[in-house]
Amino acid sequence: MRESDFSLNSKVILITGASSGLGASTAIECSKAGAKVIITGRDQERLDITFNQLHGNGHSKIICDFSVNEDINKLAEVLPNLDGIALCAGITKTIPVKFISNETIDEIFQVNLVSSMLLIQRLLKLKKINKSGSIVFISSISTDYADKGNAIYAASKGALNSFSKVLALELSSKNITSNCIQPGFVPTGMLAVGVVSEEQLLEEKKKYPLGFGEPRDIANGVIYLLSDAAKWVTGSVLTIDGGITLR
Amino acid sequence: MKKVITLEDFFKLFCDELDEVDLENISIKTDFKNIDEWDSLVALSIIAMIDEEFEVLLTGSDMMKSTTIVDLYNLVLNNLS
Repeated sequence: MRESDFSLNSKVILITGASSGLGASTAIECSKAGAKVIITGRDQERLDITFNQLHGNGHSKIICDFSVNEDINKLAEVLPNLDGIALCAGITKTIPVKFISNETIDEIFQVNLVSSMLLIQRLLKLKKINKSGSIVFISSISTDYADKGNAIYAASKGALNSFSKVLALELSSKNITSNCIQPGFVPTGMLAVGVVSEEQLLEEKKKYPLGFGEPRDIANGVIYLLSDAAKWVTGSVLTIDGGITLR
Repeated sequence: MKKVITLEDFFKLFCDELDEVDLENISIKTDFKNIDEWDSLVALSIIAMIDEEFEVLLTGSDMMKSTTIVDLYNLVLNNLS
């Protein structure tokens, strides 16, 4: 009997930003789905925590700071050929437009957008993305669901959506797909600390028809897009948000 | 390095973030969350101003717990590195 198209059995999958949040959860769920995962992140200790939660054997971990382009080049050099890539590295800062600076724009765009574009460029140049492979970018509902203080983050994710579509077209001749997932609010380390208060979180939660999501709600979407089940899905933007953008 | 600031200067910086404030009706003892103009964006602006001026990153909870501008001022002083 043919195995399910939703499996990631024997696929080699790179997951960036795997030391915490959605990236960590994505790595763990991908390993459960049968993938050999290569996880990257900037924090050795937290990356080890993720690594120790992976199921099965044959996984590896590489320290990589996405705010440093040299690290990205080195990463591309040492990686094996890949069947799938989930780009989960991301940072955010809540700051009104009146206070944004060149420095903040550079910092957020570098990690959320530039690093991912450069990594894909290097991997393509080195011919390390296998035919029929898949690329998944973690975007955000903020691309068109505005929230005060979220302009730079939203702009970086909007650019990611556009990049993914062009990439999808360029790579179609190799049957490589490129898609984005736009998560709604999933409480993780990145978002739980910062300027948002507990009270504001509770208020926010009430707006979500299905409540807040869990990291694996997003990870399962990533698995679908990485699996053969989604081989005809490319250039799409999948919103997984508990219904928040319905209203 | 400690940036020294008087309560009076802090009050001015606070008022700079408000567009329509009537300075006659606001003092360092005003419950700032009751100012007509107060909303989430003004709150974010105050947090951003404090980060920019003093490199002190307050949280939304810090804002909720503070009542007057003096409270905020003391919070900033306590968090100066």
